[in-house]
Amino acid sequence: MQGMLRSLWQYRHFVVSSIRNELISRFARSKLGGLWMMINPLAQVAIYALILSNVLAAKLPGIESQYAYAIYLMAGLLAWTLFNELVTRCLTLFIEQGNLMKKMSFPRITLPTIVVGSCVLNNVLLFVAMLGIFALLGHQFSSVMIWLIPLTLITVMLGLSVGLILGVMNVFMRDIGQGVPIVLQMMFWFTPIVYPANIIPESYRYLLNLNPVYHITNAYQQVLVYNEAPSLGAVILILAIALLLMLLSLFMFRRASGEMVDVL
Amino acid sequence: MSLLSVQNIGKSFSSYRSELHRFARWFGISAKPSEEHWVLRNVNFEIQPGEAVGIIGQNGAGKSTLLKMITGTLQPTEGRVEINGRIAAILELGMGFDPELTGRQNVFQAAGLMGFSSKKIQKVMPDIEAFAEIGEYFDEPVRTYSSGMQMRVAFGVATAYRPEILIIDEALSVGDSYFQHKSFGRIRKFQELGTTLLIVSHDPGAVKSMCNRAILLDNGMVIKEGKPEEIMDYYNALMAKKEETKIVQKVLGDRVETVSGTGELTFSNIQLYNENEELINTVRVGEAVEIHCEVVANRSVNSLVFGCGITDRLGLMMFGTNTLHTKQILHNVKKGDIFLYKISFLANLGVGSYAVHCSLLEDGSHIEKNFEWRDGALVFDVVNVDKKTFVGCMWNEMNFSVEKTKG
Repeated sequence: MQGMLRSLWQYRHFVVSSIRNELISRFARSKLGGLWMMINPLAQVAIYALILSNVLAAKLPGIESQYAYAIYLMAGLLAWTLFNELVTRCLTLFIEQGNLMKKMSFPRITLPTIVVGSCVLNNVLLFVAMLGIFALLGHQFSSVMIWLIPLTLITVMLGLSVGLILGVMNVFMRDIGQGVPIVLQMMFWFTPIVYPANIIPESYRYLLNLNPVYHITNAYQQVLVYNEAPSLGAVILILAIALLLMLLSLFMFRRASGEMVDVL
Repeated sequence: MSLLSVQNIGKSFSSYRSELHRFARWFGISAKPSEEHWVLRNVNFEIQPGEAVGIIGQNGAGKSTLLKMITGTLQPTEGRVEINGRIAAILELGMGFDPELTGRQNVFQAAGLMGFSSKKIQKVMPDIEAFAEIGEYFDEPVRTYSSGMQMRVAFGVATAYRPEILIIDEALSVGDSYFQHKSFGRIRKFQELGTTLLIVSHDPGAVKSMCNRAILLDNGMVIKEGKPEEIMDYYNALMAKKEETKIVQKVLGDRVETVSGTGELTFSNIQLYNENEELINTVRVGEAVEIHCEVVANRSVNSLVFGCGITDRLGLMMFGTNTLHTKQILHNVKKGDIFLYKISFLANLGVGSYAVHCSLLEDGSHIEKNFEWRDGALVFDVVNVDKKTFVGCMWNEMNFSVEKTKG
């Protein structure tokens, strides 16, 4: 563990320049470049808002603004895109970088670190764009937003650890790479992002508690839509889950590091 | 203390009945692999600072696996590798270059991948740019490069700092000859400064001229270790190895004679004569000499090609040909026949020690059928008695003329 951190520190320049180069590559030869990574989720927001706002807006309790549904959508999507991007990118990370791992000797831990860096960067840019839209819609900001920092950290830990576990296993069992996107798609719809949690029948609502992403999106919605601090109990619970998964994923990553190159 | 010590390493690739067994093993649950495939086993060697070692072997002998374990990309299944210094490998040049980024950005990235800080990279950036000699292209995206240009930049990065151990794969033989000279020059300079070289190649010339020791791998094991010319000869013989072939190496004074072949025909006598038909072992530069080879047929064969060549002290072929090319193939050779081949030539060679190589083949190639193959069959020295002093491995009359064209 200490060795991992030490080699990560030694390779910090590589990590930083990789994240930067990824950004440069994305801007190269495309007029809008990096804007596309904001346009994509925002277009999603626009579509849902257009089609579902009349059906679902009335169901949003305790908020008056006519744009409430759009804001609600953005809050949930901000959390979901971060989690989703981390999982999908970690899932194929080792297979995509297989050639490099076979030919060059460098600390493997740098690879997921680069993914985290670039996902967080994307998410921050998306957040800035959303803030702009909030301002246009006349939604007020408050100091509660500071909560987004720990919430982002927890989301990163959760997404990274789930992604790493699946990514490591995917090297040996390629079915995982095919199945996970489907599961993620289902998870998206089983999480109250597009719809409010209260449209789920009361008798089934307890099932939501089993979905770790629900606690995260719920906290984001609390902070961004209602300007309220999220429930401390839920945050601590999800933090504990994320920490446990993080340990498990790092353990698996270490055990598998040597073996992965054998089968890539 | 040795620079690199490979201790009893082995590598096996395991497969499991189900990958779930593999996952279970990570968590300490014992699960036996259903199949273990060993590609390398019981390999031991040590390399001292300043040595140049060639690793030779056929495809699939385990060379790449060994190198990967030395560079650290592959974990050995058993044994260990100890390294006291920095390793740089020129294996796949241009590995990981992003086509959208400029040469300069890619250099940054590649050097970062080697673990250098940005300050250190900044410092050598001008050197790399100067070494690559690709002018303004250095700040253009790599996708606009030719493969040669990409090589130049990649080689520049890989050798920007002198490593303690430099691993060179056969890939190095690409690029134009100007750049090849330049890159070999840099490698030689590193070697003079004390860098140890580890060269993997099929090219006997490269191994013989650059290495002072060679290791021959076959089927995942070290089968021979020693002087490059001796190992290369053995390797060549091994390449032609068929079931009935035997390989014999005899130490004759300070050099080794390697004999291999299936034995249908054998040499009974190989000698060197001068113009006056006197037996000699010292030859004057430019002297007319004749090699006499007596060949005995132990069995009847359909065709016989005789090959002959002169190799230098390092085993590099100076010149040579065979009777396939001179259109003098013998057909229907009967058991008990004896032939005397005479090969006359001018010894236009530089001063030094040379060896005669002779071979008896069925159709001119080493691979098809090889009756007998002798490296180092006969050794002679070339001395300069009546020519002006010259350098190099060949003698040729050079006529100088000079005139003042101005002033």
